[in-house]
Amino acid sequence: MKLTKLLTSAAVALGLATTAMAADKTKVGFVYVGPVGDGGWTYEHDQGRKAVVEAFGDKVETVYVESVPEGPDAERVMTQMALDGADLIFTTSFGYMDQTINVAKKFPKVKFEHATGYKQAENVSVYSARFYEGRAVQGHIAGKMTKTNTIGYIASFPIPEVIRGINSAYLHAKKVNPDVQFKIVWAYTWFDPAKEADAAKALIEQGADVILQHTDSTAPQAAAQAAGNVVTFGQASDMGEYAPFPRVSSIIDDWGPYYVARTKAVMDGTWASVSTWDGIGAGMVGIGEISDAVPADVKAEAEALRDALASGEYHAFTGPINKQDGSAWLAAGETAADFGDDGLAGMNFYVEGLDAEIPN
Amino acid sequence: MLRLEKRPQPSRALSLSTPLIAVVVTMIAGGLLFAALGKNPFEAIRTIFWDPLFGEYAFYYRPQLLVKGAPLILIAIGLSLGFRAGIWNIGAEGQYIIGALCGAGAGLAFYPSDSVFLFPFMVIAGALGGWAWGMIPALLKVKFGTNEILVSLMLVYVADQLLAKMSLGLLKNPEGFGFPGSRNIADWESATSWIAADYGLHWGVAAAMIAVILAYILLNKHILGFNIRLSGEAPRAARFAGVNPTRLILFCLGTSGALAGLAGLFEVSGPSGQVNIDFAAGYGFTAIIVAFLGRLHPVGILLAGLLMALTYIGGDIAESQLQLPAAAIQVFQGMLLFFLLALDLLTNYRVKFAIQGAA
Amino acid sequence: MDLSAINPVLLIASLMVAATPLLLAAIGELVVERAGVLNLGVEGMMIVGAIAGFAISVETTSPFLGVIAAALCGALLSLLFAFLTQFALANQVASGLALTLFGLGLSALMGQSYVGVRPPAMARLDIPVLSDLPVVGPILFSHDPILYFGLGLTAAVWAWLKYARGGLVLRAVGENHDAAHALGYNVVRVRVLAIMFGGACAGIGGAYISLIRVPQWTEGMTAGIGWIALALVVFASWKPWRALLGAYLFGGINVLQLNLQAAGVAIPVEYLAMSPYLITILVLVIMSADKSGAPASLGRAFHASH
Repeated sequence: MKLTKLLTSAAVALGLATTAMAADKTKVGFVYVGPVGDGGWTYEHDQGRKAVVEAFGDKVETVYVESVPEGPDAERVMTQMALDGADLIFTTSFGYMDQTINVAKKFPKVKFEHATGYKQAENVSVYSARFYEGRAVQGHIAGKMTKTNTIGYIASFPIPEVIRGINSAYLHAKKVNPDVQFKIVWAYTWFDPAKEADAAKALIEQGADVILQHTDSTAPQAAAQAAGNVVTFGQASDMGEYAPFPRVSSIIDDWGPYYVARTKAVMDGTWASVSTWDGIGAGMVGIGEISDAVPADVKAEAEALRDALASGEYHAFTGPINKQDGSAWLAAGETAADFGDDGLAGMNFYVEGLDAEIPN
Repeated sequence: MLRLEKRPQPSRALSLSTPLIAVVVTMIAGGLLFAALGKNPFEAIRTIFWDPLFGEYAFYYRPQLLVKGAPLILIAIGLSLGFRAGIWNIGAEGQYIIGALCGAGAGLAFYPSDSVFLFPFMVIAGALGGWAWGMIPALLKVKFGTNEILVSLMLVYVADQLLAKMSLGLLKNPEGFGFPGSRNIADWESATSWIAADYGLHWGVAAAMIAVILAYILLNKHILGFNIRLSGEAPRAARFAGVNPTRLILFCLGTSGALAGLAGLFEVSGPSGQVNIDFAAGYGFTAIIVAFLGRLHPVGILLAGLLMALTYIGGDIAESQLQLPAAAIQVFQGMLLFFLLALDLLTNYRVKFAIQGAA
Repeated sequence: MDLSAINPVLLIASLMVAATPLLLAAIGELVVERAGVLNLGVEGMMIVGAIAGFAISVETTSPFLGVIAAALCGALLSLLFAFLTQFALANQVASGLALTLFGLGLSALMGQSYVGVRPPAMARLDIPVLSDLPVVGPILFSHDPILYFGLGLTAAVWAWLKYARGGLVLRAVGENHDAAHALGYNVVRVRVLAIMFGGACAGIGGAYISLIRVPQWTEGMTAGIGWIALALVVFASWKPWRALLGAYLFGGINVLQLNLQAAGVAIPVEYLAMSPYLITILVLVIMSADKSGAPASLGRAFHASH
């Protein structure tokens, strides 16, 4: 029977598969969760891939597969890249975590880099960006710019990444404007431009004159522009087409420097499994040009905040900070830990002052 | 002037050969598309159709055909029963999600049990979940005459929201540092549907094969199968023959729901491994296409499911090796469907050249 | 919680905008189904309309040319479906699904160079004086022209189906294609024209999303609106005015739930998010008491055997 032959050959070949094909060129694979034309998350990862091509020219070969569903398809695509001789594979969605670990076990000589996860292995690194640092800068500008003291926030799903962003933005808006209030709308989708537009409109109609968004489309920008006097910030990409107003600044996912550095490490043979969580300082989180619609003094303060976050002299979560229920979280001068109980990585509570509830 | 003449019997030779013709025509049209995108058409076609089956790494891709095809076949078999009877369940995606949620939930409630009864229990829960979700449109149709196409479709979106809620709430991995998603079920010895992961074998594959055989027997040898076909082809005659439409609706929607639920359970406890926000990958909708490509015939569905799986697997390889955009693969799949559907005509009709007016 | 923050006038004005793409696509599909054809490819035609309208608007800087192009492309794509179902006599459900798959892929290919581009804005019809009126001003007199077009189209389709000879023929074909054929009507021609009309409407609906409601181009941006439009047609029992009502209701529930969230109402968000679908089912159940609507030949293939 055919099956028996298949079984033996599979066992042998999966065990032996190596990077034999890539003798001269370093081959780098990218697995994307959305289309490269999404203008947001995947688009920015693909910009990172292009940075690798630009940096190494014909010494490197990059391949990618877009819109790969989280599950067996992802595992197959990673395996296929490894079989085809990839030396390094970036898997760019949280939902690829277990698949990345599975495939990495079968190909011990191939290096894997998993975005936004927490499972590491001998040949699996994890990397993520401290977007909450960017949220701090946004919060500062938002708190200064709002005249109605109402800031609208379009959130996607109630996960730590999003909650961290809300807390960081709120703390820094509150610091410069004690009367500020946040109205939070959960869209329960990563991507639905029409719904994002409706959410932005609902917030604007209820008095918000600054809109922060944790969804990737420019729909809220357009809604703000139609309203006339509402401030927005670009998300994931710069959204510069809406500058200088309503978009006054942005948080840019800039994976390029990291991808170039890790590719270089594979070329030099110095690659080691690491856990990276970089922010503004390392260039992984970019703050888009603060436009002239922002008063010069506010712009200067925001830039100073950005620089302080970049140099590490200031941490976006520095005590004293209480949790929403009034219990103490950080003592004066204490900064938040990355991991552990009440750490940033698994943050699932609001800070004191936010008048809302986290769904669930 | 072309004229169509209905054949007294569908042509057997053509019903077997038109799918092959359609694949060949798709290769030509797809080749033109790939050439227009600046890729070598021959290489692209070879990569999609040949490499996964006979290429250097076929030993890996052949089992993957089973992994990708099994849920499609299992769901499509269930749908085909209803479609034959003129009962349109297009919400299999929702039943698939609910089956996965119920099955995974039933298992995770007993974490970390190592009982041998655990997996069978999950299978029953998954099937019941999908069945119950399918019974909603069935009962509404029976009681109120509500259109099942729309109710089942609306329930997909409801299931989607429930999936998100469960991944972020009740089923969230307590050791997952607050990240969304359940515990990994595939790594849990007593709960996984994997039989042999390296060879693409899991209980969903076995279930798909069993479903194909049972559906074949049902449709050809059993009175219920006869009633299903009769209701679809001649509803009035069926009523005179004493077929109870209410029971037929409940049976068809319930069965297709249960099979979709099973597919979801086998997927979540094996290839997919965990409940997560984006767990549903459109299998429920693709299975509708598979059901029609297979002409609603069990063996046809088996082959159609494998063909669809091949275009997905080969498509991903072509994307990676030739940098074809995912959209081009989607268009290519669309073309394949168009040609298969269009050529179906030849099975049931004779094309005649006739001078206008002479007819 | 602060319900007073919700301004009912603005709420109504924005639900009208949210409902317009749904309405346009639903009115088109309504005509198709009245002719006895079920085209499940609405989502595919919408998204092709969205990119066609977007691309032509950007290239010509005229949103109106864009909308026209969207209608043409939607109709062109629907011809594929018409060919399959009317000439090749293929199954309508499968052909419609194939059309959606094809349309999603095609639109992504067409749109590769339009990501991150901003389209020219379509001017609002700000009617002087009238648009400044309290309450009725924002609701009735300060929208974009396509929104009014959607309302006009609803009225026109209603009147045409009810009074015009063409509408009578269309309904006859949908009710009993064999009888219509025996009376000498060309069933296939009527259906092909209806399908093209449906495609054009879906195309305009798509362009409304990419040019006015959002406005931007990204892959898959219609995000299921075409499917909702299909539900609307049945919801409306194949009657144009009820389609309008349904579109406003559906758009309204969605806008309302976002408004309730913004006002801090402590209802579980995920239940709010699924509420439009649950309410649609509920209304389907209530409306199904009315058995008058469904065209008798809906979804059945027609072949003139004599």
